[in-house]
Amino acid sequence: MTKFFKSLRAVNCVSFEMYPGEILGLLGPNGAGKTTIIHMLLGLTTPTQGTIKIFGKDLRHRREEIAEKINFSSTYVSMPNSLTVKECLSIFATLYRVKKKEDRIREVLRCFEIESIKNKLVRHLSSGQQTRLNLAKSLINNPKILFLDEPTASLDPDIADKTRNLLKSIKRENNLSILYTSHNMKEMEEMSDRLIFLHKGEIIATGKPKEVIGSFRGKDLEEVFLKVAREEAV
Amino acid sequence: MKLNRLMALFLRHMYLYRRSIPRIMEVFYWPFLDLLVWGFITVYLSQFRQTLPGFITYFLGALILWDILFRAHQGISVSFLEDIWSRNLLNLFASPLKPSEYILALMFVSLVKLLITSTVMAFLAWLFYSFNIFIIGVSLIPFVLNLILMGWSIGILTTGLVLRFGQEAEVLAWALGFLFMPVSAVFYPVSVLPPLLQSISRFVPSSHVFEGMRAIINSGRFPLTELLLALGINFLYILISTTFFHLNFRVVKKKGLLVRIGE
Repeated sequence: MTKFFKSLRAVNCVSFEMYPGEILGLLGPNGAGKTTIIHMLLGLTTPTQGTIKIFGKDLRHRREEIAEKINFSSTYVSMPNSLTVKECLSIFATLYRVKKKEDRIREVLRCFEIESIKNKLVRHLSSGQQTRLNLAKSLINNPKILFLDEPTASLDPDIADKTRNLLKSIKRENNLSILYTSHNMKEMEEMSDRLIFLHKGEIIATGKPKEVIGSFRGKDLEEVFLKVAREEAV
Repeated sequence: MKLNRLMALFLRHMYLYRRSIPRIMEVFYWPFLDLLVWGFITVYLSQFRQTLPGFITYFLGALILWDILFRAHQGISVSFLEDIWSRNLLNLFASPLKPSEYILALMFVSLVKLLITSTVMAFLAWLFYSFNIFIIGVSLIPFVLNLILMGWSIGILTTGLVLRFGQEAEVLAWALGFLFMPVSAVFYPVSVLPPLLQSISRFVPSSHVFEGMRAIINSGRFPLTELLLALGINFLYILISTTFFHLNFRVVKKKGLLVRIGE
């Protein structure tokens, strides 16, 4: 897919596949095109060129059907702040036509350890609690693919670690595919089965984390990232 | 069109109003103040009723009916703004929700809000001024429906404009309805308008509604022509505004504006 915003080429001929049960890390400096790619995959932004197929179906023509089986969470998107945690989840469970709604809400609340705040208004939550609520919402419909845009950005190290482990275990149990972006290189190395390294809207490397690090002759992902961001390796 | 999605959005707005005093105030406060101010003006001016029969019905009836149009408009545009303010728009449009379902749900929300407001206003008008809106009779129903349709088309148009031009266009959520007020002939007949505004008012469904209402009060005859004209123009406007919204939705997705307005 390619995306132009006026004359700015935000994404240039990016093509990739995702496999069931895989965590695919999208990596790159600010403005590399990660979020634009996620928005195109969610059908929130239309690609200028190219076709997106999810579950083998064309997103442009079968978005509604596809959207029932995917979900997303982003640090930059919130829940209605005058509603309680439980009300938010109830709305999204209804929206996604979740069966046994109450059971599922209880399950995701327990998963992210936010049962005790279920009757709290969203505007009274800490940023970490809001992130966990967003993640709970993203799992409400038992998605097959999850798009996570910097999901642990505002979490403390303990909760971030728990969240990563939780996502890995959900992935294992449900054969869930996750497209993941983060600016925490250690996290990307730990989480991703495969990485796509983006720079100025183009793929500059792809493969397992060790292969990507090796292709730039770096000692870890952090060093590779800095090289790319400072354009030493491109 | 899936009922569960309409229900989800309806729930979202009902939860919001359930505990928000400022929002509940918004539903009752302004209509209440309007009714007080205009009601007392009407009582005062009614001393001259010999020259203007049915004066109270003209004014208070017109006031309540205009509020129906305004609430129908706001029910859509302000509910849409609520989703922007809470940065929740992307969560909604990343779900299977279709833009048409979104608009339909907001229409439903606006209907509930204006039913509550109108009931309260009609009750207060009866309580304070012994004015019974139903004096106009059952013919009131098709006219009210026309005002709701016009309010919806203004609301959908506003929503499309806010989508396209972002929060800068927010003010339209309150202002656009009032733009139609002078040519709607709410409190005076179309004949008092200058010729140019008279021509414009022919294309404004609400002017036919208010002219029709006055015809009922004055002569008791049912103004079928006015009603059919209002209905015809309303269907055209609903068609234009929904097409405008859908085209805009496509454009904002192309330009990446949906993401910008939703974050």
